[in-house]
Amino acid sequence: MSVEGVGARIARKEDKRFITGLGRFVDDMVLPRMKHAAFVRSPYAHAKITGIRTEAAKAMPGILAVLTGPELKDDGIGNLICGWMIHSKDGTPMKMGAWSPLAVERARYVGDAVAVVVAETRAQARDAAEAVEVDYEELPAVTEAVEALKPGAPQLHPEAENNLIFDWELGDAKATDEAIARAAHVTRMKIVNNRLVPNAMEPRAALGHYDGAEDHFTLWTTSQNPHLARLVMSAFYNVAPENKLRVIAPDVGGGFGSKIYIYPEEIVCLWASKRTGFPVKWTADRTESFLCDAHGRDHVSEVSLAFDADNQMIALKVDTIANLGAYMSLFSSCVPTYLYATLLSGQYVIPAIHCNVRAVYTNTAPVDAYRGAGRPEATYLLERVVETAARELQISPAELRRKNFIRAFPYQTPVIMNYDAGDYEASLEAAMQAADYAGFTVRREEARRRGKLRGIGMSCYIEACGLAPSQAVGSLGAGVGLWESAEVRVNMAGTVEVLTGSHSHGQGHETTFAQVVAERLGISIDQVSIVHGDTDKVQMGMGTYGSRSGAVGMSAVVKALDRVEAKAKRIAAHLLEADEADIVIEDGAVKVAGTDRSLPWAQVALSAYTAHNLPEGMEPGLKETSFYDPSNFTFPAGCHIAEVEVDPETGHTEIVQFVAADDFGNIINPMIVEGQVHGGVAQGIGQALLEGCRYDPDTGQLLTASYMDYTMPRAADLPSFDVLTSNTPSPSNPLGIKGCGEAGAIGSPPAVINAITDAIRNNELPMPASSQTVWKALRKAA
Amino acid sequence: MAEISMKVNGRAVTAEVEDRTLLVHFLREHQGLTGTHVGCDTSQCGACVVHVDGKAVKSCTMLAAQASGAQVLTIEGLADGGELHPVQAAFREHHGLQCGFCTPGMIMAAVDMIRRHPGGLDEKTVRAELEGNLCRCTGYHNIVKAVLAAAEAMAGQKAKAA
Repeated sequence: MSVEGVGARIARKEDKRFITGLGRFVDDMVLPRMKHAAFVRSPYAHAKITGIRTEAAKAMPGILAVLTGPELKDDGIGNLICGWMIHSKDGTPMKMGAWSPLAVERARYVGDAVAVVVAETRAQARDAAEAVEVDYEELPAVTEAVEALKPGAPQLHPEAENNLIFDWELGDAKATDEAIARAAHVTRMKIVNNRLVPNAMEPRAALGHYDGAEDHFTLWTTSQNPHLARLVMSAFYNVAPENKLRVIAPDVGGGFGSKIYIYPEEIVCLWASKRTGFPVKWTADRTESFLCDAHGRDHVSEVSLAFDADNQMIALKVDTIANLGAYMSLFSSCVPTYLYATLLSGQYVIPAIHCNVRAVYTNTAPVDAYRGAGRPEATYLLERVVETAARELQISPAELRRKNFIRAFPYQTPVIMNYDAGDYEASLEAAMQAADYAGFTVRREEARRRGKLRGIGMSCYIEACGLAPSQAVGSLGAGVGLWESAEVRVNMAGTVEVLTGSHSHGQGHETTFAQVVAERLGISIDQVSIVHGDTDKVQMGMGTYGSRSGAVGMSAVVKALDRVEAKAKRIAAHLLEADEADIVIEDGAVKVAGTDRSLPWAQVALSAYTAHNLPEGMEPGLKETSFYDPSNFTFPAGCHIAEVEVDPETGHTEIVQFVAADDFGNIINPMIVEGQVHGGVAQGIGQALLEGCRYDPDTGQLLTASYMDYTMPRAADLPSFDVLTSNTPSPSNPLGIKGCGEAGAIGSPPAVINAITDAIRNNELPMPASSQTVWKALRKAA
Repeated sequence: MAEISMKVNGRAVTAEVEDRTLLVHFLREHQGLTGTHVGCDTSQCGACVVHVDGKAVKSCTMLAAQASGAQVLTIEGLADGGELHPVQAAFREHHGLQCGFCTPGMIMAAVDMIRRHPGGLDEKTVRAELEGNLCRCTGYHNIVKAVLAAAEAMAGQKAKAA
């Protein structure tokens, strides 16, 4: 490891612009003649739109246009789509209802965009939006998936009878039922995974610019994947062909999944720019973020975990109802299926698994991937039922887990995944050591004397990252390949630009990607620049989500670096009159191994471009591109242990200790990895203790539409975290990386709930376990 | 319309703005100082914290007209020329930021917090004092570390100067 290379804990290159206020976010952008958009949104959860009158709004000061759904349709703009095909178990394709960027005839959730106003200023646009008169005929609404499936429930889309989008299964139902029938013990639970709102701190924003002379569009947008946005807007929404559409995602203030998707607003800004002849900018206010950003989770499940007489797991049966909201968002269908049921084996040998999932429309915001996406739901379900089983079987939770751990790799689960490497015992041991698990009973007693109820809970999670082998996901219904691309451009004097299809919105790619290059070429990270987030600069890309940037994005960089290195070595061998096999690149020089003959890196780069003396037949230049398609998923795993104290008088829970011991494979920058874990764990604790998205079940109004009502974790709600790693390199990519972005949000919620239920001696506890909820559970236990 | 004049980062500015213009919009849209961010509509997130006459203020909670005559310091004016403020330096050193969106408000709030606690800070106090600032990326762990480190560094500087 060099000082700045792989494994170095170095401060980030990108920090300076953020700490001095010089970051460039979409809402910071100003174009000449730029106008502002405000959306008219449905105040009803479900309504027929019988008329829209825009005259009064159009007469207000500064108004350039008021545009509606029929005009958008007339211009040929297409409906939003879900890009992952799921087939029900009867073989029929999922039932996708129409989602127009501006609602036509019917609004299906509170916040559904109905019209857009374009004005000189943001304030004028908002004033006029309030003056647009929409005639609604209110219809009955349904917000909960279980209710939406019942006979007589309000129907959202004609395509989806009984609001059922698909009824899908994975695994062997017969073998699972047979094993449960002969089990010595079966633990059964109903598990609800609470609905969450992602809440990246930067609200979504879009700035669309149509250049009439070139018939060309540019979109600045808060996106985790600008190339994917361009593809979808071009191929499905008919905004413009790809060569006439440039998408730029500049500094983006957090994503957590919510900025993967292509939403109505960015399509409308581009279209409105062409319609009006002005650049058009829209920035969400926070209430719009709550109403319209894709939400996460929202599962209701029944689970049975069966054991033989020796406490070995023999079967797991899961029946899940997943709420997908009013429309199918871009990746919504894969979240409760292939990102969920495929992880239900967890860290355990479970010979028979069966999972049935029904996905359902409701009059709520669309639900899609949120940090972890399906894997937190699988982990919460499994780790709650394992902990509960340990209590029922009166065996220690650690012992029950140990007894059932997978220990030989590769391991083929009954639910598609082939785990490549791991050491679950090692992370369990590391976490228990760090948490002083053995000393807990003493601490519990000490807390009891202070009048506090102390509990401890663990969670052993696994996730699948490094999304994903293109052929494999294609066979499962994905509409795209999940490779990544890179270009390594060595400039004439030896500095390096890396162009990557990964997108950094907090993950620190400008530093970690540079570290990989610095390690390989022996140059300083200051000599390496990372370019991302612009479809005109980066050749192609699939973007950042699913903890894929290290495992897939960096692997593409490595592949391009291999080619650069090979060419540089050939040039140096030629210039130094040495054998190519003897050439090494280190410390910024290209050397003949074991001799004092060497050339500075910069000189080799220059030679490639002067082309005065290259090997016979070699093209000038030192710039290589690559596409990297992973051979397998990666499987980060780990053990989280939470220790809590509950105040029996108030139900308030304090997390007194939180330990995360993770296996992330090889690590590029431990400081950044730890930061990812801190943030993920905070979101997981948020889900467990504080965050719950609530709709009024009768009216479909979003009750938690601001930070006054939706409880975000604040500094005083959280402890400092004890984060450690015990790593086994992934054999599935050249750097041995597994991925770390989501683990914290996946592992932590069950650890927290297992700890609280241990403290209060009542296993019936929903998330979020607010003080009131815990207080009620305590009263029930007593 | 309101005629306003104030000093922003030491520079005198005057403008005519709509009465309803918030200080944050004046700074971002009229002054082009886009380091001050808007993260919510309810004065909860603190991404817009600036200093008005030396005190931390959520600039979304104040009309620009109310700041007329005041000295306003934004994140852009915090560093001393090329030299980072100790709080800025500590946020970088301790990885107290990820996406960077809440960061300007966090830093401005932290500078004020340290000023108000000349006797020093502990973790519990820092966490309680950060109540008005939301971060979704860091879990606050490294922000707390950065604020404590900056407080210590600044106390050290003061002692040296004395």
